[in-house]
Amino acid sequence: MRLLAEFLEGLRIALAAIRANTLRSALTTLGIVIGVVTVTLMATAIQGLNRAFMESVSSIGADVLYVQRRDWIIRSHEEWMKMRMRRPFDLTQADTIMARVDFAQAMAPGDDHRASVEYEDKSAGDVRVFGTTAEFARVANLVLNEGRFLTTAESSGGRPVCVIGASVATNLFEARSALGERLRLNGKGYEVVGVLDKVGSPLGGPSLDNQVIIPLPNFILDFDRTPDITLQVKVSSLVSLDDAREELRSIVRQVRRVQPSDPDDFSINQQDQIVTMFRKVAGTIAGVGLFITGLSLFVGGIGIMNIMFVSVTERTREIGIRKAIGARRRTILMQFLTEAAALCLLGGLMALAIAWPLTFAMREFIPASLSPLVVGLALAVSALTGIVAGFLPAWRAARLDPVEALRSE
Amino acid sequence: MSAPLIHLESISRRYQMGGETIHALREVSLRINRGEYVAIMGPSGSGKSTLMNLIGCLDTPTSGRYFLNGTDVSHMDDNRLAEVRNREIGFVFQTFNLLPRSSALHNVELPLIYAGLSAEQRRGIALQAIRDVGLEDRMHHKPNELSGGQRQRVAVARALVNKPSILLADEPTGNLDSKTGEEIMALFENLSRRGNTIILVTHEEDIARHARRILRIRDGLIASDESREPLHETAG
Ligand SMILES: Nc1ncnc2c1ncn2[C@@H]1O[C@H](COP(=O)(O)OP(=O)(O)O)[C@@H](O)[C@H]1O
Ligand SMILES: [Mg+2]
Repeated sequence: MRLLAEFLEGLRIALAAIRANTLRSALTTLGIVIGVVTVTLMATAIQGLNRAFMESVSSIGADVLYVQRRDWIIRSHEEWMKMRMRRPFDLTQADTIMARVDFAQAMAPGDDHRASVEYEDKSAGDVRVFGTTAEFARVANLVLNEGRFLTTAESSGGRPVCVIGASVATNLFEARSALGERLRLNGKGYEVVGVLDKVGSPLGGPSLDNQVIIPLPNFILDFDRTPDITLQVKVSSLVSLDDAREELRSIVRQVRRVQPSDPDDFSINQQDQIVTMFRKVAGTIAGVGLFITGLSLFVGGIGIMNIMFVSVTERTREIGIRKAIGARRRTILMQFLTEAAALCLLGGLMALAIAWPLTFAMREFIPASLSPLVVGLALAVSALTGIVAGFLPAWRAARLDPVEALRSE
Repeated sequence: MSAPLIHLESISRRYQMGGETIHALREVSLRINRGEYVAIMGPSGSGKSTLMNLIGCLDTPTSGRYFLNGTDVSHMDDNRLAEVRNREIGFVFQTFNLLPRSSALHNVELPLIYAGLSAEQRRGIALQAIRDVGLEDRMHHKPNELSGGQRQRVAVARALVNKPSILLADEPTGNLDSKTGEEIMALFENLSRRGNTIILVTHEEDIARHARRILRIRDGLIASDESREPLHETAG
């Protein structure tokens, strides 16, 4: 009860003091404003990047193992040279592996190529042409906007049909239906049997919407006679991903005839490798951001500390009066801590007002928005800076000798 | 007779100034009973303020003991002393010492905040205190919107709002013209008659004559201690 009353009195005095020195207060909080704007933008950007990344990762699937010639993440030139020497995967190997795997929900071999796609007098350049089988729809959880995916007969029989991504469809057909139309790929005609839902490319990487999926035999025939196959294995939810990975590894070693003493001459990739790497990068960004933020908050905090010392000196007599009529050390300490925190909180609010429109600009690049969590964080950081920076001046005020304080001018 | 309200036992207060020791008070012993009206007089630098600060628990003695209401307060720490001041002492200063950014009412309310009273309790008590000094129509004014006499009345209301045992006034009329000064002294007179214990420091004989007991201090020692009939006997 008493603590609350003392706190309210402190707050009242703090606001009156800030109002009495509006310009000085505003200038002092500038450092805090800059610091908190940095905190807010940094946290929002990191959240946005995370979301963008997780969206793109989950659109591919976290339970899929990719058997292929090279690692996704190559750490050194030496490693890259080694992987370049590896034998490619051919279709026979992929088929043999698939025949032996019994822990998969779905499996699909595939290979891709960059090409331009033409329709009548229009053309779309640099499209990803992906040759695969009917089961790919289940591996990648594809959702059709219209039409259907490749049938088993098509993926083994070689009828020239294709399923196109959302942006290919809009680029070539605009609002019209693409179904039944014939595209030209590498000069060969392909009939459109399905159009995929838009999935986007939040990371700005190769868009999954900018692709054309065709049967693997047609791909080999028209694009690459010696394909380097990637086999995607979607692991059944009944087995652990790690067990599946180990079993898959031994199967691939047998099929590729790797001697027991030799290391793997292939890679099994999975999403969490990218996730781990991303986490590392995001961690670094966050660390650098934290450092910059900490620096500007530190500078801002020094400003607050300075002005609080001035405030205490100016109000020495007031402190003496309060002590004479019964304010304890705690009371005075709290009063000045409240003032410092209130000053910084005002800075924090100003910072949020500045940062908010900036997050809209950020939205051009990443799916960022100012979340309640970040707002809370920004205000907490502001108040904390105030309390830390205000402590020394407040402590000095609390310890003033009442007789001395009353004598001061 | 019951224990005195104030009991000083060979109180000394020394200050170190460079290498020199200043004896502001030298082994002063003093008893003041409840309900007394005491004036402390003496030339400048004789130790009046030092004595007031000690009695008011703003300061502690270098040696000796001080019993206030039977409790030894001479070695209490800062926080305990603050509580004692809040409960037992009401201060009136020469320069009023009101908080400049607070209204008269809020100034009067402040000791109640530190006493831990709720907002509703405070309002009623503070209002009554400000009525008692005749300033209810000025209670929302800031100190700089009040005259000197009005400010000192607010200070008196603040000093009395916690119903303290002692009202301590250090040159309360020093910053007022003689007419306003007399008004404040009349207020004190009234308070004394209602049983309040008042100790006031002054160097004006006219002011001191209102008190019933006059202590004269010289060089940190009590030079004389006389009790007398007050100036204003209720005429009629
Ligand atoms: N804080 C202090 N430091 C040093 N000397 C002091 C201090 N306060 C008072 N004194 C000295 O103590 C003596 C008594 O002072 P004071 O009680 O203020 O006298 P008065 O109020 O009667 O004028 C004076 O000589 C004064 O200079
Ligand atoms: Mg003095």
